[in-house]
Amino acid sequence: MCLGIPGKIVAVSPEEHMAEIETFGIRQRISTLLVGEVAVGEYVMVHTGYAIEKVDVAEALERIRLWEELLAHEGVFDEVPRSGDRPGTD
Amino acid sequence: MREFLTKFRDPEIARALIKDVRHLATRVADRLGRRVVLMEVCGTHTVAISRAGLRSLLGDLLDLRSGPGCPVCVTDYADVDRMVALARLPGVTVGTFGDMVRVPGSDSSLERERAAGADIRIFYSPADAVAWAAAHPERELVFLGVGFETTAPAVALSIKEAGARGLKNFSVYVNHKLVPPALMALLEDPEIKVDGFILPGHVSAIIGRRAYSFLEAFRLPAAITGFETNDILEGIRQILKMMWGKEPRVVNGYTRVVREEGNKIAQREMAAVFRVGDASWRGFGVIPGSGLTLAAPFAAFDAAARFTLPPVVPRVPAGCACGEILKGKLTPKECRLFAVACNPTSPVGPCMVSSEGACAAYYQFERHYGERANHA
Repeated sequence: MCLGIPGKIVAVSPEEHMAEIETFGIRQRISTLLVGEVAVGEYVMVHTGYAIEKVDVAEALERIRLWEELLAHEGVFDEVPRSGDRPGTD
Repeated sequence: MREFLTKFRDPEIARALIKDVRHLATRVADRLGRRVVLMEVCGTHTVAISRAGLRSLLGDLLDLRSGPGCPVCVTDYADVDRMVALARLPGVTVGTFGDMVRVPGSDSSLERERAAGADIRIFYSPADAVAWAAAHPERELVFLGVGFETTAPAVALSIKEAGARGLKNFSVYVNHKLVPPALMALLEDPEIKVDGFILPGHVSAIIGRRAYSFLEAFRLPAAITGFETNDILEGIRQILKMMWGKEPRVVNGYTRVVREEGNKIAQREMAAVFRVGDASWRGFGVIPGSGLTLAAPFAAFDAAARFTLPPVVPRVPAGCACGEILKGKLTPKECRLFAVACNPTSPVGPCMVSSEGACAAYYQFERHYGERANHA
């Protein structure tokens, strides 16, 4: 029931508090009453026809960067320590 | 959209995350002398975890339990019975989110009432229900306000809009529930042993990370988690890191959507229309301060007050363990009825009816994993 649809704003009607989003090629009209002003090109998370929050693309890209770093350092954990090891500090 | 969402589903990243999760879980489980027990408290997570096969993939190290995360499943029998009674009233059209239609009450469901001639309409958005009421002044439209903090702001806006349009034929049967008090109820139950919580992403988008700070007093690690496979693995990884480092906190693993303070506009709309009240949850009974009622200026939109309903005498089907499953005390496979007398085509309880119910998700994606519990 809390399944959200992320979408890119492709058109706005500020006077009606509405916008049009596109998700994987599908367009949908949504209400922007819960997120205030939105601009074309921004991403929002949509739930039951309402944008419930803006998607912070910079945060998404940062998460991806951290994961790619993890991929690059794979192999570090091949040796699984057993109990008695001191906890890591990460 | 596609450009960055694909990375959240990327199998190479998933493989690296699983490796890391297994490595951490091995250390933590080794230290505990048992599997690590994590609970997801969102039905959308339940389905995503089952679909991705994470429960079986990590099952030797992690016991991933499902909690009271499906709003339809935690709806009390008495409330379903009242919804059915509303549908039977002459001149009433019941408007609802689709999830609610098949949920069994004591002796009927909205689906059965519709087959018997009741006018039950599924709306994707509560705003559509308001528009329908405006277009059909000859009918009383009762919208079923079901769901957690994610759906409540949209329902609040629909009530305000009905008020602004002067609609006399729109009302709401308010049955919303709040997540933090349910977490509190789980933590206060001595029989429930959970090491960490995978927290719901979109409830948190509304209420913010800070709403969970009470968890810190319980020294319990928790991570707000998104819904893609890699989001979920990241959430699990963050909880395990905190367990290994013995630094339990509530971390936000879904920073692209969830803010520290949550969505203040949504919180303001909810506070304008609703007041916090007690609510009865299937499996839990009454949890203080876990529900919503209408604030005085909107009392006229309260369907429970507008219509006189016959008293209900809720009956729980014999053998259904849905209540225990919602608390994470039993897994679906430990229910005697699971996949025997109870399956998606002839469901006994709501956990099998709702697509987000733990029983339905386990049945669809993982009923062949592991052995069924032995009840001998």
